[in-house]
Amino acid sequence: MAMKLKDVSREEHLSLGNLACAGCPEMLGFRHTLKVLGKNTIVINATGCLAVVMQMGVPKVPHFHVLFENAPAVISGIDDALKAMGKREDMNLLVVAGDGGTADIGLSSLSGAIERNQDFIYLCYDNESYMNTGGQRSGTTSFGARTSTTPIGSVTKGEDRPPELKKDMVEIVAAHHIPYAASASIGYPLDLMEKVQKAAAVRGPSYIHCHSPCPTGWGIDTRDIVKVAKLAVTTGCIVLYEMVDGVRKVTKKVSKRKPIGEYLKYQSRFKHVIGDEEAIAEIQRGVDENFEAMMAKMSA
Amino acid sequence: MNIIEAIGGRELFTQGDVACAYGALLGGCTFFAGYPITPATEVAEAMSRLLPKIRGVTVQMEDEIASISAVIGASWAGRRAMTATSGPGFSLMMEGIGYACMTETPCVIVNVQRSGPSTGQPTEPAQGDMMQARWGSHGDNELIVLAPNSVQECVDLTRLAFELADRFRNPVFVMTDGEVGHMREKIVLPAAEEIDIRPRPAPSTPPGEFVPFKAVKGKVPEMASFGTGYHTYVTGLTHKESGLPTTDNAEEHTGLIRRICEKITDATDELTRVEMDQDDGATVGIVSYGISSRSAAGAVRLLRAEGMKVSHLRLVTVYPFPERVIRDFAAPLSRVLVPELNLGQICHTVREALDGAAAVEKVSKIGGEIITPDEIVEAVLSSGEPVKV
Repeated sequence: MAMKLKDVSREEHLSLGNLACAGCPEMLGFRHTLKVLGKNTIVINATGCLAVVMQMGVPKVPHFHVLFENAPAVISGIDDALKAMGKREDMNLLVVAGDGGTADIGLSSLSGAIERNQDFIYLCYDNESYMNTGGQRSGTTSFGARTSTTPIGSVTKGEDRPPELKKDMVEIVAAHHIPYAASASIGYPLDLMEKVQKAAAVRGPSYIHCHSPCPTGWGIDTRDIVKVAKLAVTTGCIVLYEMVDGVRKVTKKVSKRKPIGEYLKYQSRFKHVIGDEEAIAEIQRGVDENFEAMMAKMSA
Repeated sequence: MNIIEAIGGRELFTQGDVACAYGALLGGCTFFAGYPITPATEVAEAMSRLLPKIRGVTVQMEDEIASISAVIGASWAGRRAMTATSGPGFSLMMEGIGYACMTETPCVIVNVQRSGPSTGQPTEPAQGDMMQARWGSHGDNELIVLAPNSVQECVDLTRLAFELADRFRNPVFVMTDGEVGHMREKIVLPAAEEIDIRPRPAPSTPPGEFVPFKAVKGKVPEMASFGTGYHTYVTGLTHKESGLPTTDNAEEHTGLIRRICEKITDATDELTRVEMDQDDGATVGIVSYGISSRSAAGAVRLLRAEGMKVSHLRLVTVYPFPERVIRDFAAPLSRVLVPELNLGQICHTVREALDGAAAVEKVSKIGGEIITPDEIVEAVLSSGEPVKV
């Protein structure tokens, strides 16, 4: 049953006012996620933007900012302790982390928690770099993107990891035989919220990888954030899908993909490739290959 | 492209973090591995821009454990290698640092100290990792610890750190802080023709006769990098001179650990760099290091302007701790004040060195602002009453 706008709770679990950059999509997605999970939720937050912007507008639920690398390990302690005390029922444990905290420094911690079958929802906001420290590359940075550690110069031309080698977090957790995993985007809030709902219903680990374009780090006009997030999906850069007990299904079908240039042109991190047909073709080739490979994995 | 061309000139106005990157290049560094962390990220960013121009490599690793590990690997592969971090990352690196001590791996670690513990105040300066620098990794080991107080010294001491790392085959720390790291000052670099960087020398004996962990110069063995035709076996286990592990022999263990510690402590006088500003007849003195030494120098000027006699000793090398110099400095003194951006760390080491010869008082400040000269003046004038700044 697809979620409808009228199904969305009017209750807010995030206080007004925070120090996030204007147009921050992470705050948007976090707010939507809390609407689904409700007040019986404990948030465990890996170090990242979310941890430092919470100086005024904090969630109305317990919020536990831990270290950069250890959120899933901390949640393991909470999960097992609550279980031992018989208090685990009707409680959502939500990890919120960025791509650095998930795909890089926190990967082993996440792997361990899934392997132990801990009961938690892991929400990764992927803005494809370390934005809290000023925009360094991460394991999910897109090919060709300028970051402060992949500069554009006479030798280096932005991120040089080929597109097909970008870490695919959903498939990494899939390899752990996780009961529920999905990709999502802040551009499609109902799709995200429906996935959060399904994740919460799982007894055991669940993982949602939410694509989250960053106005500050990517150089996007704040008014274009949602547009860029949608373009990531309609160009096929991001495939929105879910995997339930190993069966993958696309949740947002894109019949005719837009050319990748449509997505790149709004982002100053790709300014150096705008007008460079050869470079854009290289990026397009990577997107096409990834898209085809993803589609081949889908059941129906 | 030569180093000065890569940097873009000899006279520059820049910040301490970037200056550490320049100093590294001048010290022959061609490999940097790091992980983003405030307030040290600019070192990695500068290395990302600079190293590709001189056929060096900057790698962004997945965390700080990986960063120090890649540096160790690169060092054994024959490169002069560095990482840069701040408190939380420094904590993660501790096991690797101990491994580097045990395997006698030359490497340089810049710690742009921020206010802790834990995530603390990421953008604010502190000097709270000084004890960790010396004692953070488990077991007995010795570290060489330098503390710059200016942007120029970030260049000079990082450059020096590479020389010392190679010479003593040991990790060398450059302990700056968020203030020195982010402040901007003028620096002057040497002329391109004055820069003489040579590869790490090969062992003086041929491969067949080479004993990898046998001390030859003083207590330091020669290093045979991988791929140079020498057989090496490297392990963090206690090992014989051959490099092969030996884990149940007290004599072998004692010999090895005493040697890797004494190769540093025996050279204390040679490694000691201080700035001594003694006032004849003074009975009060200040021992300082890093950013707080600039405030201390300011306090000394203010006190002398008021007609007070006061001496000042600034430690540029903090470890190996220059005990003899401190004792000489304090001989005519009855009080020694130690201003630090922590709740008291190096003051303990000073007190231990003086062993009652003079009263040692801490001037502590935390919270993210540096100590002001006025605050040190107040502490000096308070005649021994502990001052909370």
